Amino acid sequence: MKKETAKTLRAFLIELVIYAVLVVGYFFLVLHFLGESLYQLEIHHRYTYGVVAILLIIGQAVVLESVTTFLLRKLRGRSE
Amino acid sequence: MFFPISGAHISPIYLVVVGFFIGILGGFFGVGGSFIAGPALRAVGLDWNFAVGTDLAHIVGKSVVAAKRHRALGNVDLKLGLIMAVGTIGGAEVGAQLIQMLKRAGNVNLVVSVVSIAVYVSISSFMIWESRKTLRSKKGATAAPTTAAAKKHDPSSFAHVTRSIQRWKIWPMINLPASGVTISLWVILLVAFVGGLFSGFLGGGAGYIRMPSMVYVLGIPTHLAVGTDLFEIIISASYGTFSHAIKGNVDILIALVMHTGAAIGAQIGAISTQYFAGPKIRLAFVPLPLIGAAIVIYTLMTGHKL
Repeated sequence: MKKETAKTLRAFLIELVIYAVLVVGYFFLVLHFLGESLYQLEIHHRYTYGVVAILLIIGQAVVLESVTTFLLRKLRGRSE
Repeated sequence: MFFPISGAHISPIYLVVVGFFIGILGGFFGVGGSFIAGPALRAVGLDWNFAVGTDLAHIVGKSVVAAKRHRALGNVDLKLGLIMAVGTIGGAEVGAQLIQMLKRAGNVNLVVSVVSIAVYVSISSFMIWESRKTLRSKKGATAAPTTAAAKKHDPSSFAHVTRSIQRWKIWPMINLPASGVTISLWVILLVAFVGGLFSGFLGGGAGYIRMPSMVYVLGIPTHLAVGTDLFEIIISASYGTFSHAIKGNVDILIALVMHTGAAIGAQIGAISTQYFAGPKIRLAFVPLPLIGAAIVIYTLMTGHKL
């Protein structure tokens, strides 16, 4: 039981590290470039901005959920 | 990091860490965590209007992740969630109108503060009484449910009141096979409306009132109440996000950064529910509304917003 917990914890820590690297890359590559265009959209087209905001957060949620699930499955699979 | 929409300078690490902890709370309890996220954003200098709107956008993303995970665990009643979304949106609009009325009367801060303290303390007191009584009684199962049938059997010391509510045969009756409950549509809409009213009146997703109401009034098993509440929050918080975005209250970049932490936290929270029985989840829920009450009392006594 203790071994299993240790394995799960190790897999989780590795996942956190990989995830952190991916997220830092995402900040610089995507959010950095999105900033200016979203700012302009927010000033000039509020309704479009509202729709885009919801689509962006849902899209990111779906992608990140897939990434974390994929990482968890891979790492758990390897540690078993 | 500079966020041009709100004009704020906030460390992305701070946002990710805050998002991570709120994600765990959301995944485990089915709440939006606005009572923590709002003050956490305010603490780094974001204006209240942006804190409220941005938090709602972040709640949408976090709820998508947690609800997807709960759906995989069989904890989402889609039919119930869709019906509740209608009542919640209606209630949220009425709550927002009440706020506007109080604003015009000039006593919005005092009234909202007193109401929120009363609501938070009442919920916590009731849940601590009920869950402890259930856990102490012989019928109070303390082992985590492993099957769908076991999840539907969720003992509660308040079950006699729930059963009498379920006996009200007011047409149309709605059968919810996923939750194992048949109940009047009007009772579902009323519960959702009250949740929405608090959401519009006190801000956030109001999961702290809807999740317990689903368990105690509708008789939905705790695991399903958590998952269904999250699914319902996706719809109602999306509506709230759009409404705030067109008023210029949403910095979606802050929400996106916060959500990178919440995405992993929500998964951990959702997976953790598998290891706890319903009454234990309800007992662990108790401190959350009390944290909200403490924040409001602090604000009232010092005059400073956290």
